[in-house]
Amino acid sequence: MDEGYITADGRQIGGVVMEMKNITLRFGGVVAIENISFDIREGEIRAIIGPNGAGKSSMLNIISGFYVPSEGEVWFHGAKRPQMRPYEVARQGIARTFQNIALFEGMSVLDNVMTGRLTQMKSGLLAQALWKGKAEAEETANREVAEKIIDFLEIQSIRKTPVGRLPYGLKKRVELARALAAEPKLLLLDEPMAGMNVEEKEDMSRFILDVNDEFGTTIALIEHDMGVVMDLSDRVVVMDYGKKIGDGTPDEVRNNQDVIDAYLGVSHD
Amino acid sequence: MPDQLIYAMEVTLNGLMAGVLYALVALGFVLIFKASGIFNYAQGVMALFAAMTLVGIMDGQVPFSHMINAIFGTQVHHFGWHVPALLAILLTVGVMVLLAWAVQQFVMRHLVNQEPIILFMATIGLAYFLEGLSDLMWGSEIKKLDVGLPQGINDAIDQVTFGWFGYGFFIDNLDLVATVVAALLVIALMVFNQYTKEGRALRAVADDHQAALSVGISLSFIWVLVWSVAGFVALVAGIMWGTKSGVQFSLSLIALKALPVLMLGGFTSIPGAIVGGLIIGVGEKLFEFSLGPMLGGATENWFAYVLALVFLVFRPQGLFGEKIIERV
Repeated sequence: MDEGYITADGRQIGGVVMEMKNITLRFGGVVAIENISFDIREGEIRAIIGPNGAGKSSMLNIISGFYVPSEGEVWFHGAKRPQMRPYEVARQGIARTFQNIALFEGMSVLDNVMTGRLTQMKSGLLAQALWKGKAEAEETANREVAEKIIDFLEIQSIRKTPVGRLPYGLKKRVELARALAAEPKLLLLDEPMAGMNVEEKEDMSRFILDVNDEFGTTIALIEHDMGVVMDLSDRVVVMDYGKKIGDGTPDEVRNNQDVIDAYLGVSHD
Repeated sequence: MPDQLIYAMEVTLNGLMAGVLYALVALGFVLIFKASGIFNYAQGVMALFAAMTLVGIMDGQVPFSHMINAIFGTQVHHFGWHVPALLAILLTVGVMVLLAWAVQQFVMRHLVNQEPIILFMATIGLAYFLEGLSDLMWGSEIKKLDVGLPQGINDAIDQVTFGWFGYGFFIDNLDLVATVVAALLVIALMVFNQYTKEGRALRAVADDHQAALSVGISLSFIWVLVWSVAGFVALVAGIMWGTKSGVQFSLSLIALKALPVLMLGGFTSIPGAIVGGLIIGVGEKLFEFSLGPMLGGATENWFAYVLALVFLVFRPQGLFGEKIIERV
């Protein structure tokens, strides 16, 4: 296995965590993704970008188990992943957020973040009912992790607020907190900046960088806003009409003629 | 104290206890509706099926004996043993869990993401299927259920109230037991819901399926769990009603009495089911006591439904239901 690389800002990136091999996804006759391969390495921020309808979200849904690829293989930690349901993928340590925010609106922020800890809770139902001490210790430990993440994302003041009452930008942050609570090996962010104003985008970018820096979390994110992505990510996959048209560092991608054509359009004369 | 007031007190007490029994049935509806948005029409038949199974196991009846005899020309009816009540109850719980698994595996799993009305239709089908199944398994004759619960007038209350008012209240021991059991059941359900990780997962599933999946919750597991708990609640209701009035087909019709309870309490609230049940229980008994004679009696048959209708007009979400807000 190779040793990774060193980023422009001097961080050591590790070996391959997740590898997509020749992924194709069809819906009936429509080809959403056509024969795409790429990898995600430990500790890096990996972006998947492309215009609307390029198949970015479909790719994220394949990684998180919501879609099953028509062809191709998904490799996780050096082993081929069998077909899995989304909750099984989550239990393997892959957490995600959604483009259209999927939170438990009736629960408080703290409860939402605590659901992120469900994969980490081991006590059985009977143990929780009968052996109170052990289950309680576990609950306390999980609570500490949740509180730490809440502090980290600066949402202490709304811990007890029902999520349904929060404004959009904060909801996005709570969703990130819930995903982080699982202490994921791989964090998937589906358009974390979509629908935000400039200030909120800057906040979110900072949090993503801090998460990567502080916890060493491997992050794969989707975004169609080129500017944000280029500042944020170590390596970028560019998709267009279901095909991969570029892969490399932001600088490499920026100067790739196919990418420029896809984003700016190309004259056909 | 005037006689009328003393009678009214007795009627209220009896109403409260009848209400507890209504609440028990309503509780089963709320559990499933909260977690999966399914209005389970089969809840009443589940109570019947549970009670039938319990009696069958206790009496050592051979399940499907009519069918077996018809096919093989045999004459088997009984194993010839009697199972103690507690063991029989545990076995019946096992059967209800199995039923929950089968419902998920063969019906609900194939209807994920369907419209609520389709799921509702599926539970109507389930109700008729279960009704037939319990006939086929245990026969259709009226059975006596006796798991050893005390029945008849409670002497202590009779004497104490006689000492106080010079008139002894008639309170049935069975109703007292039902009240205690219902209270314990509700406390257990609340603790489960609020403090266990399965409870948290259940609330999560009730709120958003996709988000629940993304934090590692298996939807099928949660649904089997919910149907099992609803099956258990059905068993408890079946035991109480079955002991009171025998195990027979009309047991499944108590589900109809649970409907007004749900209208009052809201479809998504466990405390709502309890309070709704109590209001209906007390309301119909007091109404019958005070205005019944003027209206020609038998008001208990319709009072609950009229009250529900009033609620539908003025407060459709019920007393405790989540407020219906439509954003436009």
